[in-house]
Amino acid sequence: MAGINTMIDEGRTQDDVAPLTAVEMPRQESIDENYETVGSPLLHNPLVKTRNVNVFYAEKQAIFNVNLDIAKNEVIAMIGPSGCGKSTFLRCLNRMNDTIDTCRVQGDIVLEGQDIYDRSVDAVELRARVGIVFQKPNPFPKSVYENVAYGPRIHGLVNRKSDLDDIVEDSLKRAGLWEEVKDELEGSGTGLSGGQQQRLCIARTIAVSPDIILMDEPCSALDPIATAKIEELIAELRENYTIAIVTHNMQQAARVSSRTAYFHLGKLIEVGETEIVFTRPVHPLTEAYITGRFG
Amino acid sequence: MTDSVRKTVRDNLKKRYRAERYFRWFGVISVGFGLLCLVALFGDIFSKGIGAFRQTAVELEVFFDPDVLGVSASAEEAKIRTANFDGLYKAVLRERFPEVTTRGDRRVLYRLLSTEAAFDLQALSMANPDLIGQTRKIWLLADDDVDMYFKYGRSGEQVGRLSEAQQAWAEQLIAQGAVKTRFNTGLFTNGDSRDPEIAGVKGAVLGSLFTLMVTFLISFPVGVAAAIYLEEFAPKNKLTDFIEVNINNLAAVPSIIFGLLGLAVFINYFGVPRSVPLVGGLVLSLMTLPTVIISSRASITAVPPSIREAALGIGASKVQVVLHHVLPLAMPGMLTGAIIGMARALGETAPLLMIGMVAFIIDPPSGVLDPATVLPVQIYLWADSAERAFTERTSAAIMVLLVFLIVMNGLAVWLRSRLETRW
Ligand SMILES: Nc1ncnc2c1ncn2[C@@H]1O[C@H](COP(=O)(O)OP(=O)(O)OP(=O)(O)O)[C@@H](O)[C@H]1O
Ligand SMILES: [Mg+2]
Repeated sequence: MAGINTMIDEGRTQDDVAPLTAVEMPRQESIDENYETVGSPLLHNPLVKTRNVNVFYAEKQAIFNVNLDIAKNEVIAMIGPSGCGKSTFLRCLNRMNDTIDTCRVQGDIVLEGQDIYDRSVDAVELRARVGIVFQKPNPFPKSVYENVAYGPRIHGLVNRKSDLDDIVEDSLKRAGLWEEVKDELEGSGTGLSGGQQQRLCIARTIAVSPDIILMDEPCSALDPIATAKIEELIAELRENYTIAIVTHNMQQAARVSSRTAYFHLGKLIEVGETEIVFTRPVHPLTEAYITGRFG
Repeated sequence: MTDSVRKTVRDNLKKRYRAERYFRWFGVISVGFGLLCLVALFGDIFSKGIGAFRQTAVELEVFFDPDVLGVSASAEEAKIRTANFDGLYKAVLRERFPEVTTRGDRRVLYRLLSTEAAFDLQALSMANPDLIGQTRKIWLLADDDVDMYFKYGRSGEQVGRLSEAQQAWAEQLIAQGAVKTRFNTGLFTNGDSRDPEIAGVKGAVLGSLFTLMVTFLISFPVGVAAAIYLEEFAPKNKLTDFIEVNINNLAAVPSIIFGLLGLAVFINYFGVPRSVPLVGGLVLSLMTLPTVIISSRASITAVPPSIREAALGIGASKVQVVLHHVLPLAMPGMLTGAIIGMARALGETAPLLMIGMVAFIIDPPSGVLDPATVLPVQIYLWADSAERAFTERTSAAIMVLLVFLIVMNGLAVWLRSRLETRW
């Protein structure tokens, strides 16, 4: 035991960290209001375009001047230390922040040419187009079938019971859950295992056929096997959906995403091809985070 | 761990266990004391009230004398109805005790039976007119003083106003086996009466039922709607804070004030009739409303936010979130809260005194607009009566009220386990 501990500790002794922070400090201060995101945050012909996004919780600013584009059918990973505003930014994309009284969003978030914070846009309709999967699996305390059928039903997507059955089956199949639950669709959704619940939540989200799926640390409550299943699922879903995923797991970001965005204290520091961000980060803060020196 | 540390921990452990033991003992004693009080209370009520469920009757040979009644067997129904049954039971008593001759003595003699005896005889004759002209042995309802004497007085207890002569007659009947107690159905089928032997709780029970029905129908929907609005839709600002404080205050306002309010608003201003369950229910729903709102808000807040987010996240509107997810999950808690509020309303007397539900009403109500009284008021009225037989009935009415309460609280528990969804 002792041997392993020392081996791990060797990597980052006190002496190792101390000079590094000393060097970092001025850098951090230099990210002022007029900072610029390094890498390639902007794209040609993006699906989602965010410009000068600032988010406040009451007086406190959580997101500073973020510009980021998301392309169609890409998986973009958002990483960064805890409290840096990943969830906040993600939730702006389908206006989930509307539900928080104190939260104010400034700037433009444009989905296919339409500013989603425009008064003419209905948040309810938007959320059918931009689905979200939360960190903690949160199936409704209803049957598996009802969980998946709920979205199509409230949006009036189907008229016939058989169509609804088809949607439920199709969504559960895409979420890789069908084989496990097909015999007990009437069983309670909350009676499933954590991993199954999370896949049920994904099935519930894709049942309304959104364009974009937002995922906020979808695997953080799951064991490695359930996590692997979800990652597999994301790889399959990317063919039909655009996915923005927040994760704390760097390997996961590297495995599932094509682009990666690094947030730090509410600022978007660096965006680029996942491979490049993880192997040759440009910004020292990104590098420090990737190499596990803080976060 | 060094030995000295281990020793310190061990010594401390002993102390900790001792504290735990004391704490546990204290808990057991508290619960025991509570139970003891409960047993004493119930025991007292039970021992006093149990007698009221049995009623003394006297068996007499009744000759349905057409001369006394003034009708014959072939007379029409209306005639039989108005026949002199009052005279009949008196005649029967005179015949049974021919030695009683003076008018004064006879008047005392008649008081062995309840005036209800005349109605019993009437009912028998109306059901079977052929009885007129015949002789039958019939059990007739005894007067409450005889009832008390038979049940308690013979063992020496001073219970009634039975005179020496009456006691002698009663003993004579008892010696012949012509006196017995039977189940007191009248307690449940009669309304109130000045005569304890025919006074029943039916009027009060129905009055309570109607009143509670009105209370529930008003306070539950209004309370739930208010709670939903305050929790889910209202902006959080000074005004809603102010409303919240006031609701909490209302829950603590003495109930008599609601009675005064009801008197001023419902009766004097809106002209709702006095003494009726409708106005009682209105007043009690004012009183229950804060309780319902507070408990409903608590059960709405207890619905995990993740469920709301889940529904919002796939595009449910605010109202859909509330109706499809929050309400079903909060419903058991809301119902439990409402029923507990109703149970409190059931036992409420003071506000109802203010709106005239304390009147002496004989006929059980058949709707929310008939004058009525309620169980706790009935208990209050009976407890105030001098007759010993009413003391017994007071306890019996308390027992009925307790059963009512147990049923309601049982319903709350049942509903909760029935409707509860686990997540
Ligand atoms: N509802 C809220 N009210 C006020 N402040 C909030 C709220 N939610 C988040 N914040 C603040 O906004 C900042 C960003 O929070 P956010 O949840 O977006 O971080 P995060 O990057 O998702 O962190 P984590 O990785 O721990 O989930 C934090 O400083 C947090 O304290
Ligand atoms: Mg987060």
